[in-house]
Amino acid sequence: MNSTVLYTILSLSGLGASSAIILYFVAQKFKVIEDPRIDDVEEKLPAANCGGCGFAGCRNFAEACVKSDDFEGLYCPVGGNETMAAVAKILGREAVEQDPRIAVLRCNGDCDVRPKINNYDGTLSCAVASALYGGDTGCQYGCLGFGDCVEVCNFDALSMDPVSGLPVVNDMNCTACGACVKACPKDLFELRKRAKKDRKIYVACRNEDKGGIAKKSCAVACIGCSKCFKVCPYEAITMANNLAFIDSDKCKLCRKCVPECPTNSILEIGFPPRKEKEELAAKDESTSVIDKVIDPEKQDIQNTKEE
Amino acid sequence: MLKTFTKGGVHPAENKLSVNQKIIDLDLPASVSIPISMHLGVPSKPLVEKGSEVKVGQLIAAGAGFVSANIHSPFSGKILKLDKSLDTSGYKRDSIFIDIEGDTWLPEIDRSSDIKKEFSYSAEEIIQKIKDAGIVGLGGATFPSHVKLSIPRGRKAEYLIINGVECEPYLTADHVLMLEKSEELLIGTSLLMKGLKVDKAVIGIENNKPDAIEKLQKIALNYKGISVQALKVKYPQGGEKQLIKSILNREVPSGGLPVDIGAVVFNVGTAFAVYEAIQKNKPLIERIVTVTGKKLKKPSNFRVRIGTPIKMLIEAAGGLPDDTGKVINGGPMMGKALPDTSIPVVKGSSGILLIPAEESKRKKVEPCIRCSKCVSVCPLGLEPYLLMALSQKSLFERLEAERVMDCIECGSCSYICPSGRPLLDYIRLGKSEVGKIIRSRKK
Repeated sequence: MNSTVLYTILSLSGLGASSAIILYFVAQKFKVIEDPRIDDVEEKLPAANCGGCGFAGCRNFAEACVKSDDFEGLYCPVGGNETMAAVAKILGREAVEQDPRIAVLRCNGDCDVRPKINNYDGTLSCAVASALYGGDTGCQYGCLGFGDCVEVCNFDALSMDPVSGLPVVNDMNCTACGACVKACPKDLFELRKRAKKDRKIYVACRNEDKGGIAKKSCAVACIGCSKCFKVCPYEAITMANNLAFIDSDKCKLCRKCVPECPTNSILEIGFPPRKEKEELAAKDESTSVIDKVIDPEKQDIQNTKEE
Repeated sequence: MLKTFTKGGVHPAENKLSVNQKIIDLDLPASVSIPISMHLGVPSKPLVEKGSEVKVGQLIAAGAGFVSANIHSPFSGKILKLDKSLDTSGYKRDSIFIDIEGDTWLPEIDRSSDIKKEFSYSAEEIIQKIKDAGIVGLGGATFPSHVKLSIPRGRKAEYLIINGVECEPYLTADHVLMLEKSEELLIGTSLLMKGLKVDKAVIGIENNKPDAIEKLQKIALNYKGISVQALKVKYPQGGEKQLIKSILNREVPSGGLPVDIGAVVFNVGTAFAVYEAIQKNKPLIERIVTVTGKKLKKPSNFRVRIGTPIKMLIEAAGGLPDDTGKVINGGPMMGKALPDTSIPVVKGSSGILLIPAEESKRKKVEPCIRCSKCVSVCPLGLEPYLLMALSQKSLFERLEAERVMDCIECGSCSYICPSGRPLLDYIRLGKSEVGKIIRSRKK
């Protein structure tokens, strides 16, 4: 055999062997001991790396879970209670349960009810537009409609409705990761408790102007009249800055507030259609009295039972 | 060769249409709203209630905190209400509404046009009077002047620089002020020198205003320590850091203040306001505003009381042309389009610019072609294309490392970009996010 080839093989093998020995000792010396449970926990997580838990990614969250003693402040909204139970099982701790949540858009001012007062021709981004001014309608609190929220949604749960110009939440896909809440410069998204059949009642407005001004800029604005506040039997509604807010943890979905609203700014979604008032009035007095009395009550009882 | 700054800069068409127009006083409106945050810093605290009577020059809102400014009533009349109203920020914010009755001034304000040269105040007295008068930087940034005059411990001011550059195209408010109020301006400069305890002051003026340079140079001979420096025309020479570089050839360090290198800069408008506040007891209640535009009948320079609705200024200048595309508060480079003409003039309004519809449209946004024009025009030596990309991707740590906070928002990058990319829009966005991060870190 050619001696050059031989020497080459020998020297390279020697180099390889000596490097391997050095690397072996270095690896021993600088070994990072990692809790194997971190890998196990990470495996159970959704691997969406959405940041909904407040950590940079699922791995960070898994590390925090392993470190923590009682899961305080740790919850994966995407995986929900099931995932948290699985994680708790691995770590041998008590699982924390949270009510599943869902994002809702607190603005219902579409193009028909909220007239434009100027034309915006700048960058099509909500963040940029809101840094420049209040928006192209009279309402400086409402949706700008450039879809920053749609852009950040990792779960395909948001889309822009081309007719209304507002984003629409797809209840099936929404994981309540909170990305849209952070992205919206007008703070229009809220994570509310997910009720049965995805039923929702909420004030779809953030306008803090006084009644007259709010109404002028948007026909479906909350005017802060407090009618819903007065009618709510569960003290779920609070009034602040000319604006009503329904606390989803207290709301029993009785729907009493909805017809009270003079501007229809309280939305009810996912409910069976109501019996028309005219229909009831048209009925015979003797028969309809019972209906009239029972109807809202019945609805109320049904809903509380469902809860 | 004329002095100028070295890094970057552009030269947009000057369009100084209102240059030969004398300052005209404007009529009083019937009712106004005065925003309580017309300055940089904490909004002022209203001192009046609904129904109270006010006179011209009366304090109606007091500065809340160190970086804040007093606000005085520019009109006499009754307080209608305290409510939100649309201002130049584009948002409805807290304002004081005044129903104007007559024009009764506080008796201590000297309204005569006599020039009062002598003064014997100490530096502290001067700063206190400037603070009381609610004076803020009238070049546009509206930074409270008393804060600038209070030199931080361990630093020393050497030079006072008076900014008469007015590098924004179209605007002529400072130019006419320098011509018509030259003497007052120099007295104001002397007062500021005393307040800062410096003995050297330089008035920087771009060479497109030869009449102002000549006049001020002649008068400055009678004032000790004040000189006038002609500068080459280049935008954004009116920026504090650029002006210091042009005149003193010193560079403000990244993240530093001009006083770190011994300079303090005030606008000519501010120097005039200082003269009026100290020698005439007149708080900051009016300012010079240029109303201009290519299609406008009479581009003019008005002396306007703060709070006057912008539509009154446009009326006085010949009315809104039919094909107006945008009404801009400020100049074309740094100004901002207004959503409504009922918005009041504020302390920082240097001009109202009406842009014809065909010129007002933004260019279509095309992809970046890596021509690096934005890099070569940036007066701070930043890389605007990179800052925009980082801001779009929300990479705020890298944005901070790329010195986004040094950006003075002059808009040279957006102006020069052949692809019409909204560089400044995104940089400004990134800047505000990084600013928030830095503030939260300090807490």
